[in-house]
Amino acid sequence: MTQVFRMPSLGADMEAGTLIEWTRQPGERLARGDTIAVIETQKGAIEVEVFQDAVMGRPLIGIGDKVPVGAPMAELEPAGPTVQASGTTAAPPSERQGPSGPAAGDKLKDHPAQSGSQPEPPAKSPPPPDATPAATHQRASPAARRLAAQQGIDLATLIGSGPGGAVILADIQAASPQPETAPAPARQPTHARPDLAAMREAIAAAMSRAKREIPHYYLAHDLDLSDAVHWLRRRNAARPPGQRLLMGVLFIKAVALALHDFRELNGFDRDGRFEPAAGIHVGTAIAIRGGGLVAPAIHDADQLDLDALMTRLRDLVARVRSGGLRAAELSDPTVTVSSLGERGVDRLYGVIYPPQVAIVGFGTPRPRAWVVEQSVQARTVVTATLAADHRHSDGHRGALFLARVAAHLQEPQAL
Amino acid sequence: MSGEAIQTTYREAVRAAIREALDRDERVFLMGEDVGRYGGCYAVTKGLYDDYGPERIRDTPLSECGFTGAGIGAAVGGMRPIVEIMTVNFSLLALDQILNNAATLRHMSGGQLKVPVVIRMATGAGKQLAAQHSHSLEAWYAHVPGLKVAAPATLEDARGMLWTALEDPDPVILFEHVMLYNRTGELAADADAVPLTGAAVRRDGTDVSLITYGGCLFKTLEAAEQLAADDIAAEVIDLRSLRPLDDATIMASVAKTHRAVIIDEGWRSGSLAAEVSARIMEQAFWELDAPVGRVCSAEVPIPYPRHLEHAALPQVPAIVAAAKATLGR
Repeated sequence: MTQVFRMPSLGADMEAGTLIEWTRQPGERLARGDTIAVIETQKGAIEVEVFQDAVMGRPLIGIGDKVPVGAPMAELEPAGPTVQASGTTAAPPSERQGPSGPAAGDKLKDHPAQSGSQPEPPAKSPPPPDATPAATHQRASPAARRLAAQQGIDLATLIGSGPGGAVILADIQAASPQPETAPAPARQPTHARPDLAAMREAIAAAMSRAKREIPHYYLAHDLDLSDAVHWLRRRNAARPPGQRLLMGVLFIKAVALALHDFRELNGFDRDGRFEPAAGIHVGTAIAIRGGGLVAPAIHDADQLDLDALMTRLRDLVARVRSGGLRAAELSDPTVTVSSLGERGVDRLYGVIYPPQVAIVGFGTPRPRAWVVEQSVQARTVVTATLAADHRHSDGHRGALFLARVAAHLQEPQAL
Repeated sequence: MSGEAIQTTYREAVRAAIREALDRDERVFLMGEDVGRYGGCYAVTKGLYDDYGPERIRDTPLSECGFTGAGIGAAVGGMRPIVEIMTVNFSLLALDQILNNAATLRHMSGGQLKVPVVIRMATGAGKQLAAQHSHSLEAWYAHVPGLKVAAPATLEDARGMLWTALEDPDPVILFEHVMLYNRTGELAADADAVPLTGAAVRRDGTDVSLITYGGCLFKTLEAAEQLAADDIAAEVIDLRSLRPLDDATIMASVAKTHRAVIIDEGWRSGSLAAEVSARIMEQAFWELDAPVGRVCSAEVPIPYPRHLEHAALPQVPAIVAAAKATLGR
């Protein structure tokens, strides 16, 4: 039966999105992971994906419409005979209520329908007990709702496998976008320049929340980068410019590897409780020309070799500047790395991006007088910093973590 | 635990605990109906009268309010009395003393008075003793600030909780389920006092948390065994202490399994199971992947006929079914 594709949440601070483009026309088939639309958020234009096989149905909003998270965007028809027809999984759009009103008229101008920093997928009320008649909204367990909100997955697009047809954790996990299998974007939107004023607002909101709620502690550690510099120079010497590695990639890999033994720095604060993340998805701070900043994820950075990481980083930088970031890239980072290497500053005092609990900063590597075995030598030294959430870790562990990062950077060939 | 283990019963473990208390502290004495010459209606105190004499093993008149009040008074006066009440049903006659005196005196005296009394009582059904001897009213006592309430289910707890309870400056109620008295098992020969508070994880699992106490513990463990045959790894939590409840252990388990079923021989309405369920909603709502389930006694006075009594109580198939329901199976 007909289902509804809803405006996904692409991060804890997203309240609404504007439709820029449908990438599929009514009647076109969609495979799970296909891009269905491009939406404009405060972080720029994002391609959003569907999480099931379906056929694009009737659009419910038009180009340029701004609707809140959870509002219906389009109908999705079943892809084929394998799709279940279940009375409890979806109701016709006319019976459904978005968070701010009836489906078709659900446009939003100046008043976001949802306030607060944690917008959730459509239904706000708990699942009704089994005794109630067929639900008019998607049943989902609290744990499933939380994970769906984190991953930007629209519950209404899922068929639940739990009691009474409820969406449960396993359904969300099955629907989670897998970076390895996600197809490349079908096309690059050309008009998708981020709205810098809106981005500034989003940064302001996130950073204000961070400084208001997160008791940061800060550690700095000077480390000898000479071996890594020499190794990088040798490695890059024979390569064309397009295949050379940047020091920033070594930083990302060293941080990702070090996090293996410091899981309390890799994850999320959920209402004051720490939730460790299974994967290590390093948010990489990338400045946008003209102002603004975004930190999309490099998924499973600890598993990638340096060349693969470099490819991902180049791709991210290009898409940050041209638009076209994917939804999961914005909502998935479990930790952030920020490097101001080209800006000439010695050290960076990071502000944690909530709900993450740590940010690692690198200043400019530069020659300094450094004592090596009782003699003073000129060595290339960089200051690594850690800002972490004191609710979930302490300086002792933070210090050990930075020392581990430094140790990894002493053996660049092993990264 | 080191050293040798002895084969014993729950009844003998409780008796050994009483003996130890009598031996260790001369202020300890036991009183209750038929605890002396008769040896206790569940034979827990058999032999103690001969060994310790009528001063320390005191038969009382059939007046729960009277002898429980005397025990409370003795505790305030510096003794360490163990009061045995035949069943929780009869304890209602002593409720005035327990609630209005034992539970309140420390508070009302501004801390000047302590009430280190221990009240042991049998609870629960299964012996065809009908509706006036078979109820599980633990939740009523667990409702009351000023009391500590514990339900030893294992031999270790039956052996070890009494001394800890006597050391406690507040009144402690110990519930001994009647179906546990004959349970046999191995107990370390040097078994000693155990903490009165804190829940225990009796079986590790990842799929569903089965939370229970007292007489339902072994039914629940049996259910967990059956669930394992269906590839469902149930975690079994023995609450041990009914007041205070060990929220941390419960929530840690729910955070791991995302599903919970509470098994409680009390009636469902206003039960301990209701309290545990409410706390899970309050503290672990976003961890839940299914509604919290409950297996409780049917809301009838416990029947006399064997088949009806059996049908009224939580049983293994119902526990298995409730656990599977949380998994949609």
